[in-house]
Parts: sequence; C-alpha cells; structure tokens
Amino acid sequence: MSDQAVDYHPMWDELGLDLPTHDALLEAVGQLFSDAYLTQENRPKGMDYLNFVMSEVHGLRIKELDDFRKTGGKVFGTFCLYVPEEIIRAAGAWSVGLCAGAEFAYDEVEQIMPRNTCALIKSFMGFKLARVCPYIESSDLVIGETTCDGKKKAYELLGELHDTWVMELPQMKRPEDIAMWKAEVRELVKKAEEITGNTITEESLRAAIKEVNDKRRALQRIAAASAADPAPISGKDRLLATQVAFYDDVPRFTQMMNALADELEARVAAGEGVAPRGAKRVLVTGTPMVLPNWKIHDIIEKVGAVVVGEEMCTGSRYYQDLVPEDGSTLDEMIDAVAEKYLDINCACFTPNKGRIDDVIRMAKDLGADGVIDLSLQFCGLYEMESHGVEEAVREAGLPVLKITTDYSMEDVGQLSTRVEAFLEML
Amino acid sequence: MRVLGLDIGSRSIDAVWLDGDRIVDWAVADSGHDPGSASAAFVERDAHDVIVATGYGRHVARERFGCAAVTEITAYGLGSAALFPEAASVLDIGGQDTKVISLGQAGRVVDFEMNDKCAAGTGKFLEVMARALGFSLEEMAAESRGAESGIAISSMCTVFAESEVTGLVHRGEDRSRIARGLHEAIAKCTLGSLKRVNARGPLVFAGGVAKNTAMVDLVSSGFAGEVLVPEEAQIVGAYGAALSVGRE
Repeated sequence: MSDQAVDYHPMWDELGLDLPTHDALLEAVGQLFSDAYLTQENRPKGMDYLNFVMSEVHGLRIKELDDFRKTGGKVFGTFCLYVPEEIIRAAGAWSVGLCAGAEFAYDEVEQIMPRNTCALIKSFMGFKLARVCPYIESSDLVIGETTCDGKKKAYELLGELHDTWVMELPQMKRPEDIAMWKAEVRELVKKAEEITGNTITEESLRAAIKEVNDKRRALQRIAAASAADPAPISGKDRLLATQVAFYDDVPRFTQMMNALADELEARVAAGEGVAPRGAKRVLVTGTPMVLPNWKIHDIIEKVGAVVVGEEMCTGSRYYQDLVPEDGSTLDEMIDAVAEKYLDINCACFTPNKGRIDDVIRMAKDLGADGVIDLSLQFCGLYEMESHGVEEAVREAGLPVLKITTDYSMEDVGQLSTRVEAFLEML
Repeated sequence: MRVLGLDIGSRSIDAVWLDGDRIVDWAVADSGHDPGSASAAFVERDAHDVIVATGYGRHVARERFGCAAVTEITAYGLGSAALFPEAASVLDIGGQDTKVISLGQAGRVVDFEMNDKCAAGTGKFLEVMARALGFSLEEMAAESRGAESGIAISSMCTVFAESEVTGLVHRGEDRSRIARGLHEAIAKCTLGSLKRVNARGPLVFAGGVAKNTAMVDLVSSGFAGEVLVPEEAQIVGAYGAALSVGRE
C-alpha cells in the first residue's frame, strides 16, 4: 500500500513461489478488490484494518508466519471448518486457511482431475500446481477432511505434492458417529503434538478454546448488528471479515473485529447505514465463498440490495457455535471441541435439517426480504440440498432464487439480470 | 403523462410510446453495431415525459438518457398481463435469451427462470441454423410446418448443432425435416423450463421468436394450457417497461 512498501520477493522466492505468475495474481486480486470494495460508499472506518490486511495478504502476514516458523513455530494449513483450530493452537501451532477462491491454472489441474470438479477443489489444486499460494507453501502440514468425494480424492493428489493428513468426518450424527469423531479429534491431538513437539495441556487447550471463542464472539456481534435497517455494514465487508478470520493472527483480529463491532453498534444506535433504510435485504446461503470470491455479493450489492447474512462456511457456520469453556479435564475439553464441530450443519451430513432451520431463523432474525441459495457447480451436496432449502424458504413465506455458478466471470451479465429481476420481485 | 418504453435487446430495439395506459405508437429497429444511436433516434423521435429502459442495454440507456431501468422479467410480466389480464405465465424467447415467468396478481412475477451461460434455443440459434440450411427465418418456419416429421437434432449447442445440420445437409437429408427437428428441439427445451417454474395456462408467448409460427404450433401442442400470442409479440417488453412507471 505505502510507497516504501517492503519488497517481499526474496521471501516468496525462498518459499518456492513462481514469482512472475504470483506477481500477476497479486495484481489481479488487487484490481478485483478495488473494484468490488474500494468503490463502496460510507464504509465503516473499522474496515480500514481489513483493507490493510488485504493489501498485505501475501506480504506482512506471510512474513509473520515466516518469522514464527524460523523460531520453531509450526503452521497447519486447512481447507475446512471441521478442522478444530483450538487443538492446533493448544499445541502452540497456528492454523491458516489455504488459497481456494480464484480460478487459477485450470489447464494444469485438468491434466490430473476431471473438468467437472467444483471450482473450490480445482482452485486449491491450481494454486498448488502453479506455486502461487504462500499459505500452503508456509504450511508444515495440510490437514484435510472427508467432507465430500471430490476433496477426499483431491487430497490423495495433493498428498503427492505436500505433506497432507486427512481427518475422517462421519456423514451422520448418531452417537456412534460422535464417538468416532471424538477419536478422530484425539488423533489430531497426537498429530499436532508430534509435529510441534509440544504437549497439549489443560491450560493450553482452555486458553485456545477461549481465544477462538472470542474470535467467534466478535464475528457474532458483527452479524447481530447486521440485523438493523439500515444495515450498518455491507454484506461484502462482513463476508471479508469472515474470510480474513481464517488467515489472521487470532488475538489481533479479535481485537480489531470488536472495534469494528463497537462502531457498527454505534451506527445502529444512530440509524446510520451503508444502504438507505428500506433497501432490499438478502440472506445468502450455500457453498463457501473463499477469498477472493466476492462474485455474488458484488452482483447483489451493485444492483442496490444489501446482503444481511451468510448461512455458509464463510459465514454463520463458522461463528455461530462456541465451545463450552467450563470443561475441567483435558478429556472433557477435547470432547467439547469435537461436539461443537459436529454441530456445524454442512450438506455433507444426512439428514441435515439443522441447516434449513438455521436458514429460516436467520432470514427472520435478519429481516431478509428474500433468500439466494448458491451452489458451486458440481458440488453435488449443496446442489442436491437446494431443493429442500427452496421448499422450506417458500413455506416460510419468502421468495428464493437458486444460483449455480463457479469462479469464472462469463456468467456475470446473466446473473446480474436474474438477481435484479429477483429483487424487483421482492 | 407520456411514457417511452425502450427494450434494448441483442437483436432488436423496440419502442412503445404510451399516453396514460394507451399505446400511441410503437417501432422496431435492428440493434446493429451502434445500439446507442438507434435508441437515441427513438428518444428524439417523439415527445415524452419519462423513459424506462429494459433489455440487455438497459444500464447503458440509464446512463445515457438518465432514465429508469427494469429487467426484462418484470417488463414482460407487466406487458403480458396488460395485454391478457387472464395470463398466468409468460414465455419470452428473445435474440439471446429465453425466460419463463410465472405470474401472480396484476402481472407480478412469482417465479422465473432464464438461460444462464449459453444462447441455445434462442432467436440467435434459429438465425444460425437458417443460414446453415440456406433458408430465411420465415422460410425455415414455413418449411418446418410443412414437413411430416422432424430429424432429431442431438445437440443444443449453437456451434455443435450447426455442424450437425451441415453434416445432415451433406448427407442429402431433407432440409424441411431438419428445420422441423430444430424447432422440435427448441420446443422440448422450452417446455422443460415451463415445467420447472410450474407455469400454468393461459401462457403468453412473447418476444421475437413468437413471430415464428412453427415454434408457436409446437409450444401450443406441447403445453397443457392455452397459449396466447400477442399481435406484436416483439414489443411486449417495451410496453411493460413503459407500464412500470409508478409501480414501485
């Protein structure tokens, strides 16, 4: 951002990034960010922090990871909500999300994966093959999970290129599944201890639970403030906050998000907003939107509506549940972590009625005028679940628009017309 | 109050001048390579108090003329309901997209579907196929109606369907039967979309392709309810756009 910006090229080079390709990527993401974000009016001042984070997303933050690792710290890269950050932090390691939100090097990906693979999977493999994601290159271990068939098999391919370890997530939530998942979380405890050489203790896990809960509480405050009309923050900005939550330093992020929440609450009290009072309000539900995927929020908000909530992994599923902080033994706390994670309502479970209840509750709490249900193309789980969501939302008296798309921009014109027509219908 | 409704589509620009609810005049021009000037010619042609634009070029028009804009979905809903108060649904096949709309009270859109990434089965598709067959659009429709049966066309992608048609022509297949097959393929897709939005009759079939009598026949025979075709099917969007004034 600043004129005397640090030159990070030597660091990226040391990480093994493909420098010219990475430069081109950063420029494209920077352009995308300024078009989608910096054109917004009346943004909360607290967003300056996230603007700064974005300007340094492959710079200062990677430097922090680098410094941490040079003093013996370990970094674990993850792709999914189900990998418990509390366990990783309790072992003294850091957890970071990995790049999976932009179309990159598909030509190389399609040599080893079917074309009909969802954008998220193709993207993470593309970033790895093209060597342009400094987060994965800074990860001592990638922790995958068996949340869908595509990812499950993709981790086998990724495992040939990077140390990868996979947690088995059950597909149901019966007592025997919960028992199995608790055992998986205990395997992660062992693995984290093995990689870091540290022992997870009652104290360290208790502190990690508290720290990560605090992060989620800050995001809950931002989400709660979004119920006001006029909305004090754009959907795009709230989405960015959740996206950055996967990457940033936890205590610092929590502090900055609480400051943002203070500001939003003051805005609500003063009746200030980013869109005029009465602007159409949309709840978005469905597949995750990984940084820098702002496509649908951008389309919705550029035609004058405001997104008031995200029922998605980069949204409420990430922050709505907390781990109870009153566990007294290490075992109790590990169980509590496992139980909290199995409460997340992802379409990879059957049945998954909890998600539909969440959508309806959020639509009511946030005063949504309509719901947009989003699926990444070839995500069989969310595409299948879409019908049940649609029926339930209609039954609750709200209109719903189903969108299936990917990371490409070729359908933006048609999608804008569909979204605009949907808003005119509300 | 005089209102000018402009439907700036990919293939044509349609204008309707309203005085109150009454159509005073209407006109159609090719979009050509300079749709901005073609629209401006309509804007300058007659006096009006308000302009509302719809169609593909609505946002450009909004900036150029400082006017209001509504989507084609809303415009076709309003226009169809004004022409046929009993209408329960709308099918609009335009130059580049197809929309099916399920209507509620007073032309209000209840549900809709439109093609997303590709122009299969639209006016543009028919134009390309007519050229591959060596027919004008009117001839192709007439030949299709005259054929006793269609030759099944397996691809709905404009590029692949064109190759398929060329292959059939080279094999010496009857061009009328190929034309029939093409119309049947589009009708099948369209009827599928109508089913997905649960469209009920009476159905208003509007948009440029509604002037194609072969398509009207096939849609009418495949649809469970009554199919109504406006006399000037192409201007329903412009008419609806003009009617949208004061509806918000």
